[in-house]
Amino acid sequence: MTDLYQSQRAMRQMRRQAMQRGVVAILDVGSSKIACLVLRFDGTGRLSEDNSIGSLAGQSGFRVIGAATTRSRGVQFGEITAMQETERAIRTAVQAAQKMAEVRVDHVIACFSGANPRSYGLDALVDLEGQVVTENEIARVLAACEVPEYGAGREVLHAQPVNFALDNRSGLSDPRGQMGQTLAVDMHMLTVDASTVQNLVRCIQRCDLELAGIASSAYASGFSALVEDEQELGAACIDMGGGSTSISVFMKKHMIYADAVRMGGDHITSDISMGLGVPTANAERIKTFHGGVHATGADDREMIDIHADTGDWEHDRRTVSRAELIGIMRPRVEEILEEVRARLDAAGFDSLPSQQIVLTGGSSQIMGLDGLASRILGQQVRLGRPLRVHGLPQSATGPGFASAVGLSLFAAHPQDEWWDFEMPVDRNASGTLRRAVKWFRDNW
Amino acid sequence: MRALIERFTKPRSGRTDPAPSRLTYRFQRWMLTPGIRFGVRFGIPFCLVFVAGAAFMADEGRRDQLQVLVNDIRASIEERPEFMVNVMAIDGAGTSVSEDIREVVPIDFPVSSFDLDLTQIRDEITGLDPVESADVRIRPGGVLQVTVEERTPAVVWRSREGLALLDDTGVHVAELGARNLHPNLPLVAGEGADMAIEEALRLFAVAKPLGPRIRGLVRIGERRWDLVLDRGQRIMLPSKKPVPALERVIAVSEVRDLLERDVAAVDMRLAARPTVRMTQAAVEDWWRIRQLNAGGQ
Repeated sequence: MTDLYQSQRAMRQMRRQAMQRGVVAILDVGSSKIACLVLRFDGTGRLSEDNSIGSLAGQSGFRVIGAATTRSRGVQFGEITAMQETERAIRTAVQAAQKMAEVRVDHVIACFSGANPRSYGLDALVDLEGQVVTENEIARVLAACEVPEYGAGREVLHAQPVNFALDNRSGLSDPRGQMGQTLAVDMHMLTVDASTVQNLVRCIQRCDLELAGIASSAYASGFSALVEDEQELGAACIDMGGGSTSISVFMKKHMIYADAVRMGGDHITSDISMGLGVPTANAERIKTFHGGVHATGADDREMIDIHADTGDWEHDRRTVSRAELIGIMRPRVEEILEEVRARLDAAGFDSLPSQQIVLTGGSSQIMGLDGLASRILGQQVRLGRPLRVHGLPQSATGPGFASAVGLSLFAAHPQDEWWDFEMPVDRNASGTLRRAVKWFRDNW
Repeated sequence: MRALIERFTKPRSGRTDPAPSRLTYRFQRWMLTPGIRFGVRFGIPFCLVFVAGAAFMADEGRRDQLQVLVNDIRASIEERPEFMVNVMAIDGAGTSVSEDIREVVPIDFPVSSFDLDLTQIRDEITGLDPVESADVRIRPGGVLQVTVEERTPAVVWRSREGLALLDDTGVHVAELGARNLHPNLPLVAGEGADMAIEEALRLFAVAKPLGPRIRGLVRIGERRWDLVLDRGQRIMLPSKKPVPALERVIAVSEVRDLLERDVAAVDMRLAARPTVRMTQAAVEDWWRIRQLNAGGQ
């Protein structure tokens, strides 16, 4: 536990250095594309002249000065499977973004979607030593959380205190300085496979970059695709990516649950590829241009050319009706959404006060997905696009960039994690001596 | 045949990705480092130019060649007919002054206007005694135009060195051979007279009623004036406020014919005690008359 604490703190330190230098890169390592944004931080955002909050709600402390995407290679289900290939893809994206930004980037904040994220709810309750809640008390209550046995080979990615309760008052976000007897905390902890994280870290290091932070893409896309009310009142963000579909549930502006379904747009493409007998690239093109999930009468008559390159005239000139294509795509989309529904049910999403569901990610651009999703997931479904940030090119404003944009918001305004608080004094190595002194003083 | 055409018309679908090699990537990052960027953009070109220039200049022959080339270009521009000055025109000066000017400014025309130092020429001309101010410029058409304002002589100063003409500020204008060359200019004498010419001119103006009787003013002790009339008469004026004193003498003289009498000097040096000195003969006459009168009693 302590070494994780140290490594996460080291990353925070790195992030602070990057802020001082003013330039940081955002890297979204996805299964179908790798996106790299270069952010320039130029102080905190100014309010507009009439002191009203502008359209960016104070998120204007940074500016995107470089953006690049490249086709991802060697990534499956959001996990790195071929490191050399992934490293080359990251290099491509970073180089292009650097070229656009005309500045050298040394620090990278990365996110990924796979690695079997698992959520744990932790809580703890301590009696306060004094009457007042101090920093040390908060550290003590956080340290008192009973960490479940999450298994070997797993690592904690996020551990955020979601809620504090002082005596019988709950729902406090910052109890420091308040008076009370007992302090309780609810914490959300997200663990992922350690090997995946290590692979990603290794890849980034091989590109001569320093890792200044790492996040789950479920968290990042929820951060950008959900509007403020939804984050406050409770909502689920479903990021339908290429290799995996990640789910995050937000409430009171904190992520309280995250999960991932290991299915995504690539599976739809491979279904089309298998069903029609075309290469994956063609299947991807057909899916993008003609795909859908609701067949109508007109779709029976709309014939789609399947281009092929075999040299066989008959084989290259095949056509398929759009209804057939939809017939291939729909079961897979339904399967994904049902799996998402199952995960949400298991997490107890029904008991939340608000049932809002936001679909984002590249695969959410399938025509008619919102209609299908509202049938499976419930009535309150909308398609979400990421927040607009300064300098973001038009080509990077689509739902596929939700996690990249969310990660830039995360880079600018990170939420408090467990390792942002000080270690409690009696846990520290240097505290041992102090404890001995205290023991002596108490006994003599 | 078909396949061949297709290959030329359509790019292959499985195109290789444009991933940079490790070396290219590192090189690009290196080139984006601010210090290196600056060095490549400014430092290296500067060094190259400097080294090339130094290598070229290292040989003395080439250095001289370059110098000659520069001089040639310079001369070819300076000697264009547009910049040549052919004559000097002098306005506002008499013949003798013009000759003096041509003497002090010895220019052998034609000369390029770049070689003329107009300020120095002007200073030299202004340095001449009879010139009050001078205006030197180069007129279009290659003419060096000198416009001169001469000093006008106001008084004749007789000193140990001889006769000299002074203007109304006391500046020396010219030597004068003989007094009768300027018979209508008033005469001053004495050392330091040129320092108080303005006062002298005021006194001459006041003394106008005395007409042709005035011989001149003499500066005494470099501090006060004596007005000398014919028959050796003198009006000794105070060093302070001489003009009212002279006015007073003239007024008395007009009423009482003071100066018509046999008076040697009128001493006005003390305003409270004007004194009249009679001539020797007058005094003896006066004594004789008093004796006659006394004897008569």
